[in-house]
Amino acid sequence: MDWHRKHLLGLEDLSPEEIVSILDTAESFKDISIRPIKKAPALRGKTVATLFYEPSTRTRTSFELAAKRLSADTLNVTIAASSVVKGESLKDTVRNLEALKIDCMIVRHECSGVPHLISRYLEASVVNAGDGSHEHPTQALVDLFTIRQKRGSLTGLKATIVGDILHSRVARSNIFGMLRMGMKVHLVGPQTLIPRGVERLGVTVSNSLDDAIPQSDVLMFLRIQSERQKKNLFPSLREYSELFGMTRGRLQKAKSDVLIMHPGPINRGVELASEVADSPRSVILDQVTNGLAVRMAVLFLVAGGGREG
Amino acid sequence: MIEKSKVMDAQVLNRTLMRISHEILERNKDLSHLVLIGIQTRGTHLAKRLQENLFKVEGVRPPMGYLDITLYRDDLDRKASEIKIQKTELPFDLNNQNVILVDDVLFSGRTIRSAIDELMDFGRPERIQLAVLIDRGHRELPIRPDYVGKNIPTSLQEEIQVCLTEVDGRDEVVLLEKEV
Amino acid sequence: MSTLLIKNGRVIDPSQKIDEVLDLLIEKGVIQKIAKNIQADSLPTLDAKGLVVAPGFIDIHVHLREPGFEHKETILTGMKSAAKGGFTAVCCMPNTQPAIDEPGTVGFVLAKAREGNLIRVYPIGAATMAREGKVMTEIGQLKKAGVVAISDDGAPIADAYMMRRVMEYANMFGLKVIDHCEDKALSQEGVMNEGYASTSCGLKGIPSISEEVMVARDILISQYTGAPLHLAHVSTAGSVELIRWAKKSGISVTAETAPHYFVISDEEITPYRTEFKMNPPLGTRKDVEAIREGLKDGAIDVIATDHAPHQEVEKEVEFDVAPFGILGLETSVGLGLHHLVHAGVLTLSQWIEKMSVKPAQILNLPGGKLSVGSIGDVTILDLEKEWKVGEELFESKSKNSPFYGRELKGKAVATVVAGRVVMRDGKIEEP
Repeated sequence: MDWHRKHLLGLEDLSPEEIVSILDTAESFKDISIRPIKKAPALRGKTVATLFYEPSTRTRTSFELAAKRLSADTLNVTIAASSVVKGESLKDTVRNLEALKIDCMIVRHECSGVPHLISRYLEASVVNAGDGSHEHPTQALVDLFTIRQKRGSLTGLKATIVGDILHSRVARSNIFGMLRMGMKVHLVGPQTLIPRGVERLGVTVSNSLDDAIPQSDVLMFLRIQSERQKKNLFPSLREYSELFGMTRGRLQKAKSDVLIMHPGPINRGVELASEVADSPRSVILDQVTNGLAVRMAVLFLVAGGGREG
Repeated sequence: MIEKSKVMDAQVLNRTLMRISHEILERNKDLSHLVLIGIQTRGTHLAKRLQENLFKVEGVRPPMGYLDITLYRDDLDRKASEIKIQKTELPFDLNNQNVILVDDVLFSGRTIRSAIDELMDFGRPERIQLAVLIDRGHRELPIRPDYVGKNIPTSLQEEIQVCLTEVDGRDEVVLLEKEV
Repeated sequence: MSTLLIKNGRVIDPSQKIDEVLDLLIEKGVIQKIAKNIQADSLPTLDAKGLVVAPGFIDIHVHLREPGFEHKETILTGMKSAAKGGFTAVCCMPNTQPAIDEPGTVGFVLAKAREGNLIRVYPIGAATMAREGKVMTEIGQLKKAGVVAISDDGAPIADAYMMRRVMEYANMFGLKVIDHCEDKALSQEGVMNEGYASTSCGLKGIPSISEEVMVARDILISQYTGAPLHLAHVSTAGSVELIRWAKKSGISVTAETAPHYFVISDEEITPYRTEFKMNPPLGTRKDVEAIREGLKDGAIDVIATDHAPHQEVEKEVEFDVAPFGILGLETSVGLGLHHLVHAGVLTLSQWIEKMSVKPAQILNLPGGKLSVGSIGDVTILDLEKEWKVGEELFESKSKNSPFYGRELKGKAVATVVAGRVVMRDGKIEEP
């Protein structure tokens, strides 16, 4: 197995072989959730902490359940964002946690690079559960896993990622992961939400969803946050959804086997019309289900069997 | 490692499996609850051969499944990157079954402990029996096989290599010794 | 007021086009004689054989942090840091607490510097009270108290009207306004240069136009008012182009850059290491090239350091939260010699001009030349000395340098202020 890493900080540094290792491992974990006893003792005696500086029910519960299914002890630490500036320093917080002999720390933070920073201070493994606008590696692994599950292979598939690329960590991780796995990646969004220099990552960019739809095997929509509107990055949700929202009409122009993806939570009627979100082409609920298996695989590899002891 | 001696050739290996099959039939009068479960990878293929043998002799084909015990190992920390998780598949209700657990080599007994633990997570079998092709000794746990192909006393510097056509392209068992 | 004979050094003074092996005699703090084989047996002598003797280096852009932020640096530790780096004089920016916006604070800084008695310290006065951009300071009084220039550095003078009036007013006293060029509406919450590097690591970008829009504005105000302008820490290709145009058009503008802008680009930042966070941020490789080009063709007159000490605890935080700024005084000479002189970007003489001659001329400071009657400030360089940043402790109170571990060729081996050796072979010689 090609896995020798202590941390999972992002997909940018991973080789295709390492990504395949995670996806294959996740494959064997899928079954555990359908066993009578939904549990395996692989991480028995290990302690996994989720350290979340940003509220997130989905990702946190998915990680927590993944850890529990592998028999790890879990600890949830949620820290109000306001204490980032005022309260205890990040370094002190994580050092204090480590003094409790945590084996693996799952970190979500509003600032990019915090998991990297923490990994420098700690003996424990660090898993990035989303840092600022940087990466959200497990979400992208879930997406890759879901696409591979539906299409058999990833190589040569063309994905279009639509929306707020500028602020999206899901987009960055998917760009790194998809390109590494031999997919083609096209970005679509208002020019104000396309980050400068992004083409150099190896993607193409346009502002027209309609042009991109017929050529796409995967259409991934990103959540649009209304606070971006306040910064005048786009004028209104109405105009946004008219230009970049997926409607039933647009779905008819897509390939018949297109996969519609969204990392959730969906703004129905904005990024996706309800008919699209609930259509057979949508794999959004598969993404949620697969999230558990992929996160089990990641925890197993970084904290359990994947690494020289 | 260098080859020290050949323990079984193809003919002996298959004859041994046939003998084990007969012993299973002798000791299990009621075949209706019998299932064969192989431990990945070679145990699975041995279990399949036993299943074929039982069909040839008795005309019944007991259900079979296979186990990957990786997640139940007690040495995950030490074993590291060679680990590859394979599928576990038990396509039947395990409750009240009479299980023949099949593996190639019985050594410390830790693999069997893991396998029993994993089986217990799937249900409550009525009985578990253990069939192995080779017992090389050096037990670290109180585990004893019910069916043994051959007992081979070994030193810790030696290793038993079981080759099966399905995986290795040939049937044989050899004793290897570490080069000094 | 000391006496010192510096023998056998290669004396270089770009202001007089001197470059030959000469002896230099300083008496009572003033240069008395420059000639071959000065005989004076009983005088204190410094043998500079194989070394370069340059007019004392002047860093016109440092943050000494005192008063207010003495945990980062004090005037004394800043002076030691400067002496160690080969500087005989520094100009300190007014972003202290309180700001240097009234004569009392100027007096405090000068008194502290006198007390430390190591190198020369020239305060720069704030343009507006508390550097808030609202009320102009009493520039006349500040001048009388001893400031050598006017700036709100740390922040730009955001309001164009205020900039115009400050420039016009300061010009009456022969004081230049130094502007930190940044349009905050464009830089927003940015923490590094906007481009491929910020995009791939997901950090908020500062667009290069944030500096350039301000450079353009200031140049036009200077052209309109006729008041001279000095641009602090120029970092982008676009700024260099604008300055080139301004100079060609006869506008009275001068500019400085800092070593990090001609050494590292945004793609060489070790991800999320806050030692690489400064304002303006490190530019692209193209910007680095343009800065070198600007130094070469004279668009950029001066190499300053923007020495900005911060404590480790302040820097060991989230990249978004960390303060801007890095140390500069103790690495500037090594970086300049290594990356400009030895790399063939500038001749030794051109580089010395930007480290000493031009800084003195632009802010009308003593020194910047080695001629009879001028102050006895000298920087002595070993061009061939190979060293590693961090192998000796910094004299600065802080440690925030992105250059740790870098191997450089060329170093200041002695600093002489008014004929007194204040640093020799890396050791500070206190009075």
